[in-house]
Amino acid sequence: MDLQIFLLLGQDGVTNGAIYALLALALVLIFAVTRIIFIPQGEFVAYGALTLASLQAGKIPGTVWLLLALGLVVIVLDGVQMLREGRYGKLPSLLIFNLGWPLLCAAVLFALPPGDLPLALQVLLSLLLVVPMGPMVYRVAYQPLAGASVLVLLIVSVAVHVAMIGLGLLFFGAEGSRTPAFTEVSFELAGAPLQGQTLLVVAASAALIAGLYFFFERTLYGKALRATAMNRTGARLMGIAPTLAGKLCFTLAAAIGVFSGILIAPITTIYYDSGFLIGLKGFVGAIIGGLASYPVAALGALLVGLLESYSSFWASAYKEVIVFTMIIPVLLWRSLTTRHVEEEEE
Amino acid sequence: MMRHLPLIVFVALLGAGPLLLPEFTVTLLNYIGLYAIVAVGLVLLTGVGGLTSFGQAAFVGLGAYTTAWLTTVYGVSPWLTLLIGIALTAAVALCLGFITLRMGGHYLPLGTIAWGISLYFLFGNVEFLGGHTGITGIPTVSLFGWELKSAREFYYLIWLVVLLAMLSVRNLLDSRVGRSIRALKGGAVMAEAMGVNTPQAKIVIFLIAAVLAAISGWLYAHLQRFVNPTPFSINQGIEYLFMAVIGGVGHVWGAVLGAGLITVLKQWLQDFLPQLLGQSGNFEIIVFGIAMVLILQRARDGLWPVILRRLPLRSAGGPRQLVAAEPLPRRARPAPGSVLLDASEVTKRFGGLVANNRMSLSVKAGEVMALIGPNGAGKSTMFNCVSAVNPATEGKIAFLGESTVDLVSRDIARRGMSRTFQHVKLLGQMSVLENVAIGAHLRGRQGTLAAALRLDRGEEARLLAEAAQQIERVGLKEQMFEPAGSLALGQQRIVEIARALASDPCLLLLDEPAAGLRYLEKQALADLLRKLRSEGMGILLVEHDMEFVMGLADRIVVMEFGEKIAEGTPAEIQSNPRVLEAYLGGVESAA
Repeated sequence: MDLQIFLLLGQDGVTNGAIYALLALALVLIFAVTRIIFIPQGEFVAYGALTLASLQAGKIPGTVWLLLALGLVVIVLDGVQMLREGRYGKLPSLLIFNLGWPLLCAAVLFALPPGDLPLALQVLLSLLLVVPMGPMVYRVAYQPLAGASVLVLLIVSVAVHVAMIGLGLLFFGAEGSRTPAFTEVSFELAGAPLQGQTLLVVAASAALIAGLYFFFERTLYGKALRATAMNRTGARLMGIAPTLAGKLCFTLAAAIGVFSGILIAPITTIYYDSGFLIGLKGFVGAIIGGLASYPVAALGALLVGLLESYSSFWASAYKEVIVFTMIIPVLLWRSLTTRHVEEEEE
Repeated sequence: MMRHLPLIVFVALLGAGPLLLPEFTVTLLNYIGLYAIVAVGLVLLTGVGGLTSFGQAAFVGLGAYTTAWLTTVYGVSPWLTLLIGIALTAAVALCLGFITLRMGGHYLPLGTIAWGISLYFLFGNVEFLGGHTGITGIPTVSLFGWELKSAREFYYLIWLVVLLAMLSVRNLLDSRVGRSIRALKGGAVMAEAMGVNTPQAKIVIFLIAAVLAAISGWLYAHLQRFVNPTPFSINQGIEYLFMAVIGGVGHVWGAVLGAGLITVLKQWLQDFLPQLLGQSGNFEIIVFGIAMVLILQRARDGLWPVILRRLPLRSAGGPRQLVAAEPLPRRARPAPGSVLLDASEVTKRFGGLVANNRMSLSVKAGEVMALIGPNGAGKSTMFNCVSAVNPATEGKIAFLGESTVDLVSRDIARRGMSRTFQHVKLLGQMSVLENVAIGAHLRGRQGTLAAALRLDRGEEARLLAEAAQQIERVGLKEQMFEPAGSLALGQQRIVEIARALASDPCLLLLDEPAAGLRYLEKQALADLLRKLRSEGMGILLVEHDMEFVMGLADRIVVMEFGEKIAEGTPAEIQSNPRVLEAYLGGVESAA
């Protein structure tokens, strides 16, 4: 291996690693706030990428039907409760978010030929279509079980993941898609080409991480989420509703997922089930950070990206084996360095 | 006899199956059996033990590939490869379990996902295992010279294994080890304080689940006589968990129900959904995923308990009657007046909060030492330090002259200290008798295998007899077979005392035993404690009921804000100005 290949592989590794880092952050966030191990994170990546690909192909993405259906389920679940409790004032916002919004998206899709829109609008439309599913999935699948044990929530996560994979197959078919690169610009670095796409991904990830930092440090909602992560009961006593915290961090996680999907779509071919492995690599990063530390999780994810990239050079068939076996020494190291005090759960 | 009737009918139907059913149905039943073996392991692991694994399919694959490779390449006997496969799987499970079980419960499932994925890719890429094409030409199995060639013949072997697996898991759960396994979910701290080695119990159930999966894989390889990586992917691992959860994750029969339901439903949906949707693909997973979420939201225990509730026959939970048995041996008593517990300068910090500051106290054999103080004074924290449930930050604690600094709570329990908890820690679903029998855990020695094979009955009878005797002693004979959760709170506290006594301790730590008791019950409790004292037991008592304390205690230590403010006889304490100011003064003015 010469320097040029080394740099090329490093570039690939950093690009993927930046995306895994984003996902790792979302996973740590969700776990800290809700104790949910969010396996379906990867499906949001795939949905984002494939929705964008459908739009670019001039097709109506199937995700719009899912958005409408989920919205209706939420309206039935919450609406019945609100009517029973006589909280009529909350009905309009429920209807706007869960029925009006999906209908508006559908109307836009049918009114405008999506293939002719400029790229930025297509990206925006993909975000608007898929991100609202985050809080909806939280409402439908997780909220009724908010008090359950980590184990039960994990099984729910796997169930949601499985259902979303099946729906992904239904919406997008078994064939993969790859979107055109956002930029064809290329630089030269020590004799190796440095692609504009790589820079874009790294810059976008860094911007998103900075944005998240600002959100958590400077905004009330961000502080509310941090408070919930630190002490759930305490935050609740201070008037931060667990439901709100749950929906908020699912919105963030869905947005991070879709955004990552859009970033990764021009780099690799995404299939309906690609999200799982991508999300799990984010997980390996998150676990390196003990599902608790954001910077360590991000660094861990970067490491996963590099490891994956270099192992694909030496033993490409064993790429996945190497990446996922790496979790074992990581877990060993964590288990030897942390003293776990059993939390009692029913 | 009536109790066993459903089982007899089930076995009879099973036996007649291959003679009456068409080939297709027999094949389907074979698969249900193979899946049920794996699901039974998950019932033990997830439903009972509160742990889970998504990597069971990888263990199945390990069992299948081990036999496939060894029998085709080296011509090893399938019966030998079964043992090798089991040993290999157990070794892998031991490593995985050792690494992940030391941490939070969710690291095991995450570790198994990663392991399941890597093993799948490994199977698919290793040259000598045939890559994605797999291994063909696996030999048949012969049973006493009878070659199991057809699916109909193999059927009997599969279902024999299913029944044996179910039976041995049921036997195991109804035993000394079984009670400690059942305590893992929601009672681990209590179990440790009763001397149960909970990390070991977790590893044991993970090993059993993995070995059952490997046996299923061995059967699969010799039934199909062909293996490739597909059936051992993480998706199949997820499906195994779905079977256990949908069927009823707390019951061995739920495993069979779940395996049957998912297999039949999958068959039907795979025909029906592509027609409905006009596309081909595994759309049944959408239905399964949504069904899982609904089951977990609406009927977390799965479908088997729902069915059971509609049946006239009730399966009895736990033992219902006692067999006469020789009493268990008792430990040697320390001489009355000898020092049992000597704690000095004990400090416990929670972050910046000092809950105990240089606390000292001692307890002698044959005395009642009471620890009193206002709420939040740090009494229960001191208890947790002494029993190492939550060890002290600094200071010396010696029990029977031996430092307990490096001991965990189960080691201390083994040396003869037993305790109750301020917040009652009983397993509500289990009977009072079984709860108390957990206290006698350290007085038995029969292990997992003996329990599964029912070789432990002699000892089990003695343990239960001991538990029953302690229950009678505390006056709860009438409630012996009722679920502990159905008792009033005061009675539950008394059950905790019986459980502590079942361990035959020389030092008893009681955390607010009289709270929630009526006047007569309190008197009965005081009489019991006096009797224990006269037998030479040392008792350390935390209690708020002053009448109870003053009438019973030999010596009293008063705590306030984590520190000792006074020590002496009840009379001395009652006239101590500092105590009156800090504590009793408030009580007097309130009264």
